[in-house]
Amino acid sequence: MSSTTPQASTTTAARRSFLSGFGKFTLSATAIALLAGRDRLALIGSAEAKTAGNDVTILNAALAAEQEAIAAYQVGASSGLLQKPVLDLAVQFQGHHKEHATALATTVKKLGGTPVAAKAKYTFPVEKLKTQADVLSFAAELERGAVSAYLGAIPILDDRELAKVAASILGDEAMHWAVLRQALGLPPVPSAFVS
Amino acid sequence: MKIPFAVCIGVMVVASLCHAADGDAGKGAQIYQRCLACHSLEHNRSGPRHCGLFGRPAAALPDFTYSQALKSAGLTWDAVTLDRFLENPLKAVPGTKMAYAGVKNAQERADLIAYLKQATHDPAKCPEGSSR
Ligand code: HEC
Repeated sequence: MSSTTPQASTTTAARRSFLSGFGKFTLSATAIALLAGRDRLALIGSAEAKTAGNDVTILNAALAAEQEAIAAYQVGASSGLLQKPVLDLAVQFQGHHKEHATALATTVKKLGGTPVAAKAKYTFPVEKLKTQADVLSFAAELERGAVSAYLGAIPILDDRELAKVAASILGDEAMHWAVLRQALGLPPVPSAFVS
Repeated sequence: MKIPFAVCIGVMVVASLCHAADGDAGKGAQIYQRCLACHSLEHNRSGPRHCGLFGRPAAALPDFTYSQALKSAGLTWDAVTLDRFLENPLKAVPGTKMAYAGVKNAQERADLIAYLKQATHDPAKCPEGSSR
């Protein structure tokens, strides 16, 4: 997408080729630990997919929400309302959502499912987005919802390793939410628990 | 005195005893934030928009692609059906696309439902055309 800086896509490409090489090399324990959130995605085999149908539905629901978030950040980033450094944050967060979407779609395929396609058109309340704060509030609302959505996915995923991956994404989106709240001048971390 | 929510519904005890049945829409608005990755009142997201929800049959929006499971569930959304669905969507409607564990706390559900009842028919939040 146009908002991805060339630099960011190079990094992503490099990371992806590194990940696809995974298995050809013996990785150090540290490297494996670092990849813990994602290596599972590369390793799942269909034989393991006992109750994959249920997990596919859950991952596809998460994927659809990620695609929506990518589109929402696109609206925000191209609105002309965001100033640096907030604009850079939005672009970076959108990049994370793209990585989440790629990881989820790959996993759905590995489980023998069909990843949901991104919609051709998303409808956002653009008429209500008039200032930088409006855009940030909207993004924060989506990130907060995403945290809850993953929290609602983790207990019902059959595969514990997939639950771990979902938790890893939840952590990232909770950080986005906190940073957006901080940028809005709100207490960044409103409570000890998320719900 | 604490009476299980199900008992309240079942025997229709005086409503004031049924704490969980008295929802606080203001608190419900906070709980509704949990739904916003997939829903909004006015616009379809990856889940259907909620304007007009209360009193409408399940899976009724013409411009949203629902699961077969929800389409054939034969539900109409009211306080009772929503309570059951939101507690555990996948159990209430096996095969639903709403892959979410649910809102387990009965009081939180009552608050959420009170909010939905109000907001989904509030013309300020749900302008003409967003309810069908
Ligand atoms: C992970 C995404 C996701 C989350 C989170 C989520 N939903 Fe849903 N919801 C959906 C999807 C997808 C459907 C369509 C279900 C189907 O077709 O089986 C749906 C359907 C519904 C319906 C039925 C609507 C109709 O038109 O019949 C209601 C009511 C509902 N959701 C309420 C909620 C509430 C309240 C919350 C927050 C507590 C919530 N949902 C959280 C994705 C989600």
